[in-house]
Amino acid sequence: MNKDSQGELWEVFVQKKSGQPFVHCGNLHAYDKEMALQNARDLYTRRGEGMSLWIVLSSSIVASSPEDAGSFFEPSNDKIYRHPTFYQIPDGIGHM
Amino acid sequence: METINLEDLFEAKLAKNEMIEPKDWMPENYRKHLIRQISQHAHSEIVGMLPEGNWITRAPSLRAKLILLAKVQDEGGHGLYLYTAAESLGITREEMLDALLTGKAKYSSIFNYPTLSWADVGAIGWLVDGAAIMNQVMLQRSSYGPYSRAMVRICKEESFHQRQGYEIMTQLSFGTSEQKEMAQDALNRWWYPTLMMFGPPDVESPNSENAIKWRIKRETNDQLRQRFINQTAIQVEYLGLVAPDKNLKWNEKKQGYDYSDPDWNEFKSVIKGNGICNKDRLLSRNNSHKNGEWVREAAIAYGKKQEQESKAA
Repeated sequence: MNKDSQGELWEVFVQKKSGQPFVHCGNLHAYDKEMALQNARDLYTRRGEGMSLWIVLSSSIVASSPEDAGSFFEPSNDKIYRHPTFYQIPDGIGHM
Repeated sequence: METINLEDLFEAKLAKNEMIEPKDWMPENYRKHLIRQISQHAHSEIVGMLPEGNWITRAPSLRAKLILLAKVQDEGGHGLYLYTAAESLGITREEMLDALLTGKAKYSSIFNYPTLSWADVGAIGWLVDGAAIMNQVMLQRSSYGPYSRAMVRICKEESFHQRQGYEIMTQLSFGTSEQKEMAQDALNRWWYPTLMMFGPPDVESPNSENAIKWRIKRETNDQLRQRFINQTAIQVEYLGLVAPDKNLKWNEKKQGYDYSDPDWNEFKSVIKGNGICNKDRLLSRNNSHKNGEWVREAAIAYGKKQEQESKAA
């Protein structure tokens, strides 16, 4: 870690309201977990943007790469039977 | 096997108005252009805290002081969003800070002008932030994902900055004659430096062509400058003030205002380091970086200790 690089890079996720998913909102530098939380509060929630924060070390994130998008995600396109609209439902059976 | 040309893929994405993300392949010059633009933008936010910070202790009321503090805090946050956006392109925070502190990096020329009176704080919010917002609204649609997302956040937060500035100008312009004079004086001094913020005229702007081609920018310097003047002229009039430009007139044919160009020699000279406050700004940044050294050292030591304790547990 570089002395003046101001700590490790962390990713910040904010939950807007209870029950809603945590959404990525940006990143920051901090030297430890506690500082990361405090910095996230100062940096990303100055206007009531949320009620809960998740902070994760950027280096801990495993990501797929954009070049692999085809082999990774395209196969789902030919599996239309995964969608409810694929099936025919008889009339008169009520809500399903 | 068919080979895919990465450059074609990149161009195709731009043509479809898709965003370029950090892990996508990009031409080296695109990366360099972005690093330069985003880091300069970040430096501008950080140095931009100084002229206004100058007035925090002398704000005329507690309300004004709280607002100014919140605004300056925002600018600091904006600098941090932008630094991390630039880091996603492969430059380190340390390299960028070093470039700023040694005077190698540029930042917006506007922050090398002094804030002489409280009216200057109003003029900065109204004109300087107004011009910055005009530029940043365009950059929300910039082709580089992290930059564009930082801009969305910044624009949302910055809309109050311009309004608070105009509020100060309104208070002074409709106040006593001395106050109105103060407001006029601030307008006189900030008008042309603000117009310079959009950069040199299109015909002599060295970086514009690529920026437009790569959709980093969507509009040219002159287009943005014209739009800013069209918007601002009415606001000057409302205040009962006069812009320091005799040529400022509505032109029915072009559906925009005619105006005089700022002194581009002055612009070049300030960029080169010869503005009124260049030395002062750099000295302030260097001092605060030096004075913060023990804090960084303590934070590193504390972070290491935490890590060891969590491993031991």
